[in-house]
Amino acid sequence: MKIKITLLFLFFLFCINLRGNAQSVEIVKWDYIENLMNQKSDTLYVINFWATWCAPCVKELPYFDRLAAENKSAKLKVILISLDFKKQLESRIIPFVKEKNIQSKVVVLDEPNYNSWIDKVNPEWSGAIPATLIVGGTTTTPLFFEKEFIFTELNEIVKPLIK
Amino acid sequence: MKKLLILPAILFLFIAASPSETGFKVGDKAADFNLKNVDGKMVSLAGLKNNKGAIVIFTCNHCPCSVAYEDRIIALHNKYAAQGYPVVAINPNDPVKSPDDSFEAMVVRANEKKFPFPYIYDVDQKVASVYGAVRTPHVFVLTREENAYNVTYIGAIDDNTYEPENVQTRYVEQALDEILAGKKVTTNFTKAIGCTIKWKS
Repeated sequence: MKIKITLLFLFFLFCINLRGNAQSVEIVKWDYIENLMNQKSDTLYVINFWATWCAPCVKELPYFDRLAAENKSAKLKVILISLDFKKQLESRIIPFVKEKNIQSKVVVLDEPNYNSWIDKVNPEWSGAIPATLIVGGTTTTPLFFEKEFIFTELNEIVKPLIK
Repeated sequence: MKKLLILPAILFLFIAASPSETGFKVGDKAADFNLKNVDGKMVSLAGLKNNKGAIVIFTCNHCPCSVAYEDRIIALHNKYAAQGYPVVAINPNDPVKSPDDSFEAMVVRANEKKFPFPYIYDVDQKVASVYGAVRTPHVFVLTREENAYNVTYIGAIDDNTYEPENVQTRYVEQALDEILAGKKVTTNFTKAIGCTIKWKS
């Protein structure tokens, strides 16, 4: 009986913990990115294309979270666009986001015909990830990077672009 | 003094050998290679027999995009090798950065999947660099003109990595069918999401 109560209590704690950290992860279509690219507000959007299976992406994810955390009161939004297979949303993507305690907004892009939209993000993009697009803020044209960032470099690029 | 001269020479070599931004474009003459296959034998374009070209695919063991295409790559070879266009799969990844892509791991995977085509190891990453491969999988369809090879298609295998049943356009098959029919390739360049090539640091 005691064990049962303990287990119940642990389960209760576990549920609270889940509620505390979990962010919802939406599945989005191309128009979501198009809207971000066309937005006319002062907010600087740092949009990172990644996947749970991409080791260099996973390595740099904390830097994007840190960037957002260090600029909490600034007009800056970090959006992490997962290119994982959408059917792995519950089995892989959400557990990954929880385990890594990712705070930035995560969405899964469901546009399997890659060739139809890669050039719209940037014609220079080969399709390899990680890749990062920066729009809004003080930028006049979107900035695009097909590379893995370290924090200092990302920070140096982003800081002057915040309005 | 000699040492002072050697350093810039080494630096120059390093820069020259680093991944090229350009690589081959459709219409270029492709370079031959001579790389070790999983069976221990060397494989080159010149060594292919009775072929009209080749489907050169930069791929690897670890990348889920590559794994998702393994069965489709086997099917491509089975359909087109007899028509003169065999698949030649090349793993360009540095095994230090990506241990699952070591030569030993390639041998294991090739045996598990019973690859009917050569799976060769670009040990110094020069072939990927010269071709301008940037991700896995990355396809270069070559057509043979006597002893030279022309780059005829560069890009993705088809337009749906994870759901083969929902593929709308099979880019490589479309290109090969047009080549075999003596037609011009209509879509000769496509892009896809893939893993970066793991270059040596």
